[in-house]
Amino acid sequence: MDKLITVSPSPHVHSGQSVSKLMYWVIIAMLPAFAVSVYFFGIGAIYLTLLSVASCVFFEYIIQKYLLKTPVRTSDGSAIVTGMLLAFNLPSGLPPFIVIVGALVAIGIGKMTFGGLGNNPFNPALVGRVFLLLSFPTRMTKYPVAEGFGTPMIIPSEALDASTGATPLGIIKEGIKSGDGIGQILQSEGLSYTDLFTGNIGGSLGEIAASALLIGFAILLIKKVITWHIPVSVMGTVLIFTGILWLFGFEGHQIVLDRTGISLPLLQYTDKNTLELVPFHMADPLFHLLTGGLILGAVFMATDYVTSPMTSKGQLIFGVGIGIITVLIRVFGAYPEGVSFAILIMNGFTPLINRYVKPRRFGKI
Amino acid sequence: MLKTFKTGGVHPPENKLSSKAGIASLPLPKTVVIPLSQHLGVPSKAIVCKGDIVKTGQLIAQSEGFVSANIHSPVSGVVTKIDKTPDTGGYKKDAIFIDVQGDEWIETIDRSTELNKTINLTQGEIVKKIAEFGIVGLGGATFPAHVKASVPKGKTAEYLIINGVECEPYLTSDHALMLEKAEEICVGIEIMKKAIGVSKAIIGIENNKPDAIDTMKRASTGYQGTSVQALKVKYPQGGEKQLIKAILNREVPSGGLPIDIGAVVFNVGSIFAVYEAIQKNKPLFERVVTVTGKEIAKPSNFKVRIGTPISYLIDLAGGMPENTGKIIYGGPMMGKAAINTEIPVVKGCSGILLVSSGESCRKAIEPCMRCSKCVSACPMGLEPYLLAVLGEKSMFDRLEAEKVMDCIECGSCSYTCPSGRPLLDYIRYGKTNVGKIIRARK
Ligand code: SF4
Ligand code: SF4
Repeated sequence: MDKLITVSPSPHVHSGQSVSKLMYWVIIAMLPAFAVSVYFFGIGAIYLTLLSVASCVFFEYIIQKYLLKTPVRTSDGSAIVTGMLLAFNLPSGLPPFIVIVGALVAIGIGKMTFGGLGNNPFNPALVGRVFLLLSFPTRMTKYPVAEGFGTPMIIPSEALDASTGATPLGIIKEGIKSGDGIGQILQSEGLSYTDLFTGNIGGSLGEIAASALLIGFAILLIKKVITWHIPVSVMGTVLIFTGILWLFGFEGHQIVLDRTGISLPLLQYTDKNTLELVPFHMADPLFHLLTGGLILGAVFMATDYVTSPMTSKGQLIFGVGIGIITVLIRVFGAYPEGVSFAILIMNGFTPLINRYVKPRRFGKI
Repeated sequence: MLKTFKTGGVHPPENKLSSKAGIASLPLPKTVVIPLSQHLGVPSKAIVCKGDIVKTGQLIAQSEGFVSANIHSPVSGVVTKIDKTPDTGGYKKDAIFIDVQGDEWIETIDRSTELNKTINLTQGEIVKKIAEFGIVGLGGATFPAHVKASVPKGKTAEYLIINGVECEPYLTSDHALMLEKAEEICVGIEIMKKAIGVSKAIIGIENNKPDAIDTMKRASTGYQGTSVQALKVKYPQGGEKQLIKAILNREVPSGGLPIDIGAVVFNVGSIFAVYEAIQKNKPLFERVVTVTGKEIAKPSNFKVRIGTPISYLIDLAGGMPENTGKIIYGGPMMGKAAINTEIPVVKGCSGILLVSSGESCRKAIEPCMRCSKCVSACPMGLEPYLLAVLGEKSMFDRLEAEKVMDCIECGSCSYTCPSGRPLLDYIRYGKTNVGKIIRARK
């Protein structure tokens, strides 16, 4: 034998799966929701997404090449995914510098300071989003009224109030403060479940159309990019938890915060000895499922490989945690929406979950 | 109803190119090299010297202890030397070299092909003869068969499980054997039932071999207590633990043996060897070997004498393709890459697979992105990503606590990893060291 042969340990074959293939399937799964956002927000949706993706890839390239001097891995597609997810979490009409700052925070602080793909504890896109939410609270919570290709690409600050609205959850939270019932609020705003399902509502780019996001979920499942555990446990928990609250606290009642703590309206119905009144709104479970980026978060953000647990059992715990925290923030917190915070909080628990939740060992004695 | 095991598993492309090829006999090679360590356990001791004339089937190396096995001459001829020869990995091991002259068998072997159904030996005699005739597990693990057939005191066997799964891609030697020797295998099963004292035997076959399932079903109808269980295709179903789980839904406890849960597992090849030994007085000196590969002209199943150099088999299958980049001794998931083509076929060799240079290189290693696909793939419920990291850092205490010794080295984790991480390499390193630590403790 005069030629060289390879000698290496088994296995000698590989599935052919790769990081970039998986990432490109995630991107493909996001396309239906992207298409809907273009339909409702027109050119602005395209501008926002392209700018966010380009900035994320650019920052990753620069940081890897010149700052960290590590091999450049931008072609694995993970920065594109982060860019798209960041854009999906932004309202249309944002000026470019906000988007670029968001991308810099997402990639620079969210991902690269920890050593890049695989090492970041928090979902980079959410780090970017929450940073923007805290830095630009007004801009980040004003959602343009969807007018298709008539929607302005960038909305100048002066025109903000005239051409934007709030999200369904925001509308409800405000409405309840003024003492209206849920049915009343929805009716006066002309919101129907069909709108929620098709995306004809206010919201960030990618969160509006439940149906398109569910198509994306199906793609991810069929291509085995993710398993059902996280999305289903997040959505299931929100349905069940809001369902329970909904059954107990029908609309218009208030939770009374007195010296003994929180008591449910059915048990005590008074506002005599209250310290403070917390408006208690309880839309039905389906409404909670279809709004506030829950499906976007459950399917695309919570399932981020790096920041979610490794075992199915751990993933279920993680999902249930996100569901519960989301509902607590939405119902009892100051923010109308809680998915982003809930995911980030549970990201923080992921190492702990991985440490203590082990797969069922075969032949355990 | 199709059964399978629950935890983990993968579906590598089957590529059973030689499944319709039948079993072909070969002219004898000019020389054979017979390593003294062809089985798990202590190497045997040569009892012939340079210049000795040997006959086919004659004992040439004796077992050294309980977990060891006799070796018989696969050919007739002259012993030319007893010397070191490289094994698959290139390590030099003792071997007997024989120049082939004619093919004269020892007289006691019954060379007729008639089926002999009557079992005359007692339980003890069967086990003794299995040991004498050098039978080891032919599925690849090469565990001496008489050890498995001796049920230890205090344990009882309930089921005999026959492994006809052949879950390794490409390999078809067991498949071909089941198609051609179904009757003999069924008699072999009766013998083994008697040896371990059970009345029930179940043959597990994956449903990518419907012809083998049919043939074995038909052949086994006359035998009470023997049945065939069709299994859903999933790697590594041929692993003992996975097979028992699939068929009996029982789990071999961590660190334990199948007999702890009342099962004894034999590969169909071993069972056929048992038949030949007990009914035909034929020691184990030949076996079926698949020679295959996508580029090879004639993927084949050969009946091969032990000690035949693999280059000889490759030539008979159409020669070594130009672009061969790797020669695998065994299947693609668990086989060993051979260092050259002069190494001989040993008892545990179920196939030779030639892989083209394009497919023989590993993909580039990327960082672990914690996708958990390796965790889902592991049939033992381990966390390969974690074991690999701990192995890389030589953290042996943690490795032991994370059950690294349960790893069956099936390779499902490395096969699956999208980042192309060499998980099993690190895990093996960890396993070897943890094994040493555990042994030192005793
Ligand atoms: S090689 Fe070991 S760790 Fe990897 S999948 Fe198989 S049993 Fe699990
Ligand atoms: S399959 Fe590979 S990339 Fe995924 S968790 Fe396991 S080691 Fe990491």
